Amino acid sequence: MLAHSIFFYFFSVIAIFSSLMVITSRSTVNSVFFLILDFISVGCLFIMVGAEFLGMIILIVYVGAVAVLFLFVVMMLNVAEQKQSWFIGRQTSHIPSGLIVSILILLELLVVVGGWKYKDNLMSSSTLSLSNIPNTHQLGLVMYTEHILYFQLAGMILLLSMIGAILLTFRQRTGVKKQSYIKQISREPSSAVEIKEVEFNKGVKIDE
Amino acid sequence: MNEIGLGHYLSLGAIIFFLGIIGIFLNRKNVIVILMSVELILLAVNINLISFSIFSGDILGQIFTMLILTVAAAEAAIGLAIIVIYYRNKGSIRVEDIHGMKG
Repeated sequence: MLAHSIFFYFFSVIAIFSSLMVITSRSTVNSVFFLILDFISVGCLFIMVGAEFLGMIILIVYVGAVAVLFLFVVMMLNVAEQKQSWFIGRQTSHIPSGLIVSILILLELLVVVGGWKYKDNLMSSSTLSLSNIPNTHQLGLVMYTEHILYFQLAGMILLLSMIGAILLTFRQRTGVKKQSYIKQISREPSSAVEIKEVEFNKGVKIDE
Repeated sequence: MNEIGLGHYLSLGAIIFFLGIIGIFLNRKNVIVILMSVELILLAVNINLISFSIFSGDILGQIFTMLILTVAAAEAAIGLAIIVIYYRNKGSIRVEDIHGMKG
């Protein structure tokens, strides 16, 4: 159990530090890298607590797709000169109110966590710890049978977001030569090739 | 050293949630960091759901975490697409410069 505690504190300190650095670091690229570090440490926590499949999915989806998407956008847009300036701005009146609201929310959450009373037979009503089949197997057993609607809903959300992202960033450029597929396909020999009778010693005039 | 229980994970989720909210409130640099703060908040929600799912022994929390993961990925894609076309039109994504609906 000592190793469990040590690993928990290690990964959670890294997670908290890197999420602090996400919101305070001066360059946006550094923020994205700290976001990746945050996702990795939280994924390790998930694996440690016993949700191995979700931990691996966090690594694949967040680190492999979402963070790289952020990185692409940050490098595509020219935001290098827009440095962090928290307290130097035209309007700084929102900062105290924002701090107050955030600290209130943190206090409320900590009060809820601290005042939590566990049920006595919390673990005895457990179905996860009693069954000895692995986590991924359990997820697969219920995901495609009882909760198939959630699965299909997730698929619809992904399809809609894909269509939306493509539609938003699509633009018709002017002045770019492109293939016209209709024109190419509808070309026929009668309109493209002309057969001529060539007379001896006279030749044929092209482009007449 | 205490045994790591549900409260430890919930506290971690609360702290990351708090940092995400602070990032939304205090950011003046660009909208991308606000999107990253939203990702932090969703991650904190995932931590809460998974720890409750493990410690109370119900697999439904992990199913719901996968749904949240899907929504987070979709939101990041749409948000970044909006940011890209906004930058293409206006040439800046500073939060202070976005006041087109201010009247």
